[in-house]
Amino acid sequence: MAFRGQVTLLGLAGATALATSASAESLEVTHWWTSGGEAAAVAHFAEAFRATGNEWVDGAIAGSGSTARPIIVSRLVGGDPMGATQFNHGRQAEELIEAGLFRDLSALAEAEGWRDVVNPPSLIDACTVDDRVYCVPVNIHSAQWLWLSDQAYADAGVAVPTNWSEFVAAAPALRDAGKVPLALGGQPWQAMIVFETLVPTLGGRDLYDAVYETKDADAARSDEMAAIWQAMADVREMSRGTNVQDWNQATNMVVTGAAGGQIMGDWAQGEFATAGMTAGEAYHCLPGLGENAVISTGGDAFYFPVLDDDAKSEAQDALASVLISPEAQVAFNLRKGSLPVRGDVDLEATNACMQKGLEILASGNTIRSTPELINEDTGTQIGDLVTQFMNEDAMTPEDAQERFAVIIEDAE
Amino acid sequence: MDETGRPRRPLRNLSAKLAMLPMILTALVVFVGGTLWTVVHSFTDSKLLPRLDWAGLEQYDRLWSSDRWLVSIENLVIYGVLSLVFSFLIGFVLAALLDQKIRFEDTFRTIFLYPFALSFIVTGLVWQWLLNPDFGIQSVLRDWGWDVTVDPLYDPGIVIYGVLVAGLWQGTGFVMCLMLAGLRGIDEDIWKAARVDGIPKWKTYLFVVLPMMRPVMVTALVIVTAGIVKLYDLIVAQTGGGPGIASEVPAKYVYDFMFRAQNLGQGFAASTMMLVTVAIILIPWAYLEFGGKRR
Repeated sequence: MAFRGQVTLLGLAGATALATSASAESLEVTHWWTSGGEAAAVAHFAEAFRATGNEWVDGAIAGSGSTARPIIVSRLVGGDPMGATQFNHGRQAEELIEAGLFRDLSALAEAEGWRDVVNPPSLIDACTVDDRVYCVPVNIHSAQWLWLSDQAYADAGVAVPTNWSEFVAAAPALRDAGKVPLALGGQPWQAMIVFETLVPTLGGRDLYDAVYETKDADAARSDEMAAIWQAMADVREMSRGTNVQDWNQATNMVVTGAAGGQIMGDWAQGEFATAGMTAGEAYHCLPGLGENAVISTGGDAFYFPVLDDDAKSEAQDALASVLISPEAQVAFNLRKGSLPVRGDVDLEATNACMQKGLEILASGNTIRSTPELINEDTGTQIGDLVTQFMNEDAMTPEDAQERFAVIIEDAE
Repeated sequence: MDETGRPRRPLRNLSAKLAMLPMILTALVVFVGGTLWTVVHSFTDSKLLPRLDWAGLEQYDRLWSSDRWLVSIENLVIYGVLSLVFSFLIGFVLAALLDQKIRFEDTFRTIFLYPFALSFIVTGLVWQWLLNPDFGIQSVLRDWGWDVTVDPLYDPGIVIYGVLVAGLWQGTGFVMCLMLAGLRGIDEDIWKAARVDGIPKWKTYLFVVLPMMRPVMVTALVIVTAGIVKLYDLIVAQTGGGPGIASEVPAKYVYDFMFRAQNLGQGFAASTMMLVTVAIILIPWAYLEFGGKRR
């Protein structure tokens, strides 16, 4: 046994020596970008990293983030770290940082002046724990968009709404025309998107900050919040009859004119683009529901686990600086349909909706996304409540509001 | 037995004891140790990583005031009771019918047992499609001109029965096979004696054969019950816990809070409650079963 162990060790040492002599390190990068457009986008990162003379080993995990994150976390905790990994902006990796599993990138961040180039600065704050930087933000996705089908409104004989109250007022006409006013897929996170859109747009960013950032239970019990739950009851009524599960199936109802609109993140524009529709002609988009043009700056960031091998650590630095480089930012985000994290790059926005998003971003009317403000535990509880409310007609808005306030009260 | 007659007891069957050592250690360390560790950590406020910051009964307080947990327990009770009753009832009736020395018995047995060869994931997906109002049974019936509604998976009030149907479809064949084996184990002479005494066939089954099949029944009960308590994959594949939280089950609660919500303490508290529930059922039963024999 001992003899065989030695041989294996020798073999390993030999392999490492070979790898070092070739001066190319391979890093396994785990992420959950697996749809066609996403995979094409991430290929730009891989290509840019290869150009530095290193090897990108793609560790894509199919399914959504909620499938991939437990796998990534158990690998990290179980002592089998990858070279780099994706998380969303915010607190998902908080405890892993505190446990010392991720590398401190402060020196590199300082040298490249990340704090000066990243816009909004809240994204670099989300990477910072005790004044040390632990991740690289790579893109911005916002959730507060209402997508409208011109076809559906033409069929119903009403004008395309320009804000939420017009949208609600037009709903009965759409029903009469045999359409679903608001498409909403059955998966719980989609109802969450609606809720997290209504709070900052109808309620205003003060309400959003009070509830999600300072976790003020009085704000959660306020009349403004009561109006949000009332609006959720409207959504429950307007989305009846959607009968699909996936978000893109719901988007497809808007594309075909079977539904009036959908509240969904900016990634939905890819579906309209694929269907060959032009923004402003065949479909409309209302950031902030046309009430309050505010967008949240969620998105993705990369974290780098602590590795024993110095050569690999150097490769991690190289990867970090590639991810945030202006060239890779433009190439990746154009393909992904998200916005770049650098304020100093020019994205040739290809459509009117993306242009609107860039303008709001430049004007600074942004809010931090919920994963940055509340932890996964609180997020799961709110998600359970919202999805229960959307599916149980017997549950009153008042009831839901009180239970929401209790969750906010207990939130950390 | 003559106790004094055994020489050097600890070394008797040494090789057998040595061979069992790994399994004994596994049982002690992995099962007992892991269980204790989980129970201990359920009294902490562990989030993503386990840590020993005591939180008292806080996790249990939250657990029992959570709507989702209460719905989960209720669903497990409904699913558990009905699935036990129906899988035994249907399983026994099918076995008794197959036992009538019918033709093509092998074929029928294969057909009934076949669903058991499928995983719960496949079963769940198949039944998700069958019960989809736009593509499945409902649409077929409506095409035939019957205006009926069969959409249990979209109705929070009855979704658990939609899951139950899939569970029964998958598991009944297995229960049937166990029962059939039990029936075949009954001595032919018993039947002859019953016929001579002029006892009707159904009475023989109910009052003579069934009590004789007790060992088989217990085996089937243990296997089916274990399957019920760990019900998880069928729910994930068929409904995802929806609509809303209407088809959530305890095992899914544990998984979701441990790994998705990054709240180990809450997940541990829920799994400890599952263990306690099983123990409450198991201990009196074991006492009756094994305590009774010693008398």
